[in-house]
Amino acid sequence: MTDYAKRRLLTIVSETAIESRLVADIERLGAHGYTVTDARGKGHRGVRSSAWEANSNIRIEVVCDEATADTIAEHLRTHYYADFAMILFISEVAVLRSEKF
Amino acid sequence: MNIDPVLLFFLLGLTAGVLRSELRLPAAVYELVSILLLLAIGLKGGIELAQQPFLQLLPQIVAVIAMGALLTLIAFPLLLYWGRFSRADAASIAAHYGSVSVATYAVAAAYFLTRDIPFESHMPLLLAVLEIPAILVGIVLARGRLRSMRLGAVAHEVFLGKSIVLLGGGLLIGWAVGPEGVSAIEPLFFDLFHGILALFLLEMGLITAAQFGSLRRHGLFLILFGVAMPMVAAPIGLAVGWLLGLSVGGCAMMAVLAASASYIAVPAAMRISVPKANPTLSLAAALGVTFPFNVLIGIPLYYELAVWAEALWGA
Repeated sequence: MTDYAKRRLLTIVSETAIESRLVADIERLGAHGYTVTDARGKGHRGVRSSAWEANSNIRIEVVCDEATADTIAEHLRTHYYADFAMILFISEVAVLRSEKF
Repeated sequence: MNIDPVLLFFLLGLTAGVLRSELRLPAAVYELVSILLLLAIGLKGGIELAQQPFLQLLPQIVAVIAMGALLTLIAFPLLLYWGRFSRADAASIAAHYGSVSVATYAVAAAYFLTRDIPFESHMPLLLAVLEIPAILVGIVLARGRLRSMRLGAVAHEVFLGKSIVLLGGGLLIGWAVGPEGVSAIEPLFFDLFHGILALFLLEMGLITAAQFGSLRRHGLFLILFGVAMPMVAAPIGLAVGWLLGLSVGGCAMMAVLAASASYIAVPAAMRISVPKANPTLSLAAALGVTFPFNVLIGIPLYYELAVWAEALWGA
């Protein structure tokens, strides 16, 4: 039977404008890696159609342990929630190589 | 007078957007088209810089920096007291209007070119310079002071933003290789300029139409301001051009630069430096009102104004 390890998947949807700041924070707070994709959608700050830079979104995914996920989530909540379009959710995932995350 | 074909592309995009057509340029295509435009404008200015001593341009550069700061300082109290915007919002919108729109410049250049109206060909240098002062003034107005610890990040955002890098890079490349050197890349950047501009304006029409929703929500003041501010700024630009001894075309171009409102460099810089400012407000005004006003009515109007002023003062 394959040995899975439990990890947290942190998904952040936010503005492209702050991508470099966000990934710098995420790395500094202990994540071993992250994945960024372009995203489109609608939220309470209106339609973010991604037609051009000032109006585009990214989705950042981070797989990490529970403590790191909590640290990152708390940091983003205090530093970005007030002024930027941002949502964040955490789910539980299973990974094969636990040492990687 | 015939309407420019590029403007019809803008109107096509605008109409398609208002009617909620499915039309949209893929983001990567829009990105490429805007990169081509910025580089072409930079290259064109750079070639001219190669032919004249830089020191002679210094007074013009200083005057343009002062103009950018002045326009921001004029717009700010209007927005703060009459518009009743928060300090951050007023500073951010003011910075957009103190800075310059490369797209508006491109439309004006095409307009002047097709009518054989000469203007100073180092104008792209002034265009690049004018992007910057309003951002710095806007940040200071929003915060009350420049906090020293974040200066590095602010400078990075201001000087390494996409439009400054491409305009400045184009200027340097054009300046380094001169007219003969550029001939190899001419077909892409100069021969196709109007076609690229047409595609760009098609998407601009769609983007402008997308702002109408937020304009409805944020009220009449933004619409009034979006038309009034360029009408105030254009005569100031005209006066600066006149003081610098520019040609009629050059004065009209200075009026266009002063009247236009940024929507690439400033939004990005403001989002980072003044996060409390709502980006929807400044973009709705700059893109939803001022950009269409300038390209459809403003440019011919400012040129007429320059011709009229020349006749008045020249006599």
